[in-house]
Amino acid sequence: MANKIPNRQVICDTLLDLAKGDRDIMVLASDSRGSAAMAPFADTYPEQFVEVGIAEQNIVGISAGLAHSGKKPFVTSPACFLSMRSIEQIKVDVAYSATNVKLIGISGGVSYGALGMSHHSVQDLAVMRAIPGLAVVLPADRHETKKMTEALVKHEGGAYIRIGRNPVEDVYDSDDYEFIIGKAVTMREGSDISIIAAGETVRVALDAEAELKEAGVSCRVINMHTIKPLDKEAIVKAARETGRIITVEEHSIHGGLGAAVAEVVVQEHPVPVKIVGIPDEPAIAGKTSEVFNHYGISADNIKKIALEMLGR
Amino acid sequence: METAALKAKAAQIRMDLLRMIHGAKTGHTGGSLSNADILTALYYRVMNIDPQNPKWEKRDRFIASKGHSVESLWCILADLGFFPKEELTTFSQFGTRLIGHPNNKVAGIEMNTGALGHGLAISVGMALASKRDASGYRVFCLMGDGEQAEGSVWEAAMAGAHYKLDNLVGIIDRNRLQISGSTEDVMGLDPLEDKWASFGWNVVSIDGNDMESLVEALDAVPSIANKPTLIMANTVKGKGVSFAENVPHWHHHVPSDEQLEMALSELTALMESHIQEGQVR
Repeated sequence: MANKIPNRQVICDTLLDLAKGDRDIMVLASDSRGSAAMAPFADTYPEQFVEVGIAEQNIVGISAGLAHSGKKPFVTSPACFLSMRSIEQIKVDVAYSATNVKLIGISGGVSYGALGMSHHSVQDLAVMRAIPGLAVVLPADRHETKKMTEALVKHEGGAYIRIGRNPVEDVYDSDDYEFIIGKAVTMREGSDISIIAAGETVRVALDAEAELKEAGVSCRVINMHTIKPLDKEAIVKAARETGRIITVEEHSIHGGLGAAVAEVVVQEHPVPVKIVGIPDEPAIAGKTSEVFNHYGISADNIKKIALEMLGR
Repeated sequence: METAALKAKAAQIRMDLLRMIHGAKTGHTGGSLSNADILTALYYRVMNIDPQNPKWEKRDRFIASKGHSVESLWCILADLGFFPKEELTTFSQFGTRLIGHPNNKVAGIEMNTGALGHGLAISVGMALASKRDASGYRVFCLMGDGEQAEGSVWEAAMAGAHYKLDNLVGIIDRNRLQISGSTEDVMGLDPLEDKWASFGWNVVSIDGNDMESLVEALDAVPSIANKPTLIMANTVKGKGVSFAENVPHWHHHVPSDEQLEMALSELTALMESHIQEGQVR
């Protein structure tokens, strides 16, 4: 893999850069400044950094209080704990009270592959997208992470962001593209079938597209970096123009990206949809790539599903 | 406001909230009666607030962590002119802003609360922002005693002491009753003062229905440098209505027509005596 920079480091670098001109940007950690790669921020801007210890409910409540006072808090905490232990604080103190808190779930999905279900966060999208007023964003690579972080500083309101632990391969050549929260990016145009992915599965979708192209299939790839607010227009357009959709996510097949897409498709323009993700079971132990392969979150499997849907 | 006037005001607030609950046929009566003196002291004397400018940056903040006792708060905010008093008749009615918990769509309410154990962490965040910006405002957080069983209270207690937030004041409405009965039977809290002291807080234990004690304790804040203050306000649930005092089911009992009349007559006499007390002084 060419890229060695994890997305968490990109968030830290971007915030370090922006905090120079914006004293209201704050970063909070729950004994997680190392795993969040936020130690440089803590060292550079100690007055804009808050350590809360291992207390995920507290980190969200404190952030809501800071945001109410005009601060722009970025909570950095493992996605598995942040999305579950603090969910009531997120629902009430962030979403309901409408505070400008950015919740960065680090080491998300199956990043902590070998540590077991306690450390996996593959229900977080389902939970977060059911909460009114909360944006839910998954950047696909380091370029998108930078653009997303810049957008989040300007964005007013609560948001949940999920990133993985390890560096991911680039899906963009540079950060020279338009990133808008709530607006999907069409990575490849195509007319036979659409693959809709988010976060680290965008790379998998692009690899599948390359294989399908060789097999003579014109495949559209949509990077649905924002799960909420969902870009319904892009989904309906894909359904209408390509007639079949495969969704790919590092999340339970229940309630995540696939469910969000299916909700739109069945109501607006019904076409066949296949949902690829983690089945309803404690995920198997292993590296992200091993877990992905095990559950068919792979270019080969997506190609197979696509060819089946196309009757080839 | 002087203490005699505060006492008279607290009696008036109790009457207002009883009428409001009676009219709406729902409400947390007992807890609102027990905290009426605390809120009256805060809103009519202690806190720097401006009803004409509810978002004034330097205002002291109040967080009702025991959000269910909102009735006294609605009556006080209306009385102070944060919103028209007539709106109190919409309490708990279809589509109202005046719901059964604090609602920050209403001027004077900082945050939506209602889920117990949230308010102190929010208050820590506010107090920390005040410190880091040297804004000077203080944060007052009212908690219930039943609420002390929530673990998140203690996460926030640790953080308040860790960050030396002497501009943060926790107040516990220690009425010793929760919906199922005595707090000590449901989940023992005592020695509660010792618990807070061991968490690094400056603990002040007072009679939370005695206006002189409340004024003395709250006027002194911040009382000790680098330490948050916890005021253990020992109160009587249902205070001010003789037949509601210390009766658990008054937690959310709605007074009947007769009970309302009796309560209003008791409180009117009380209010008049305090008004006289003020004049004599």
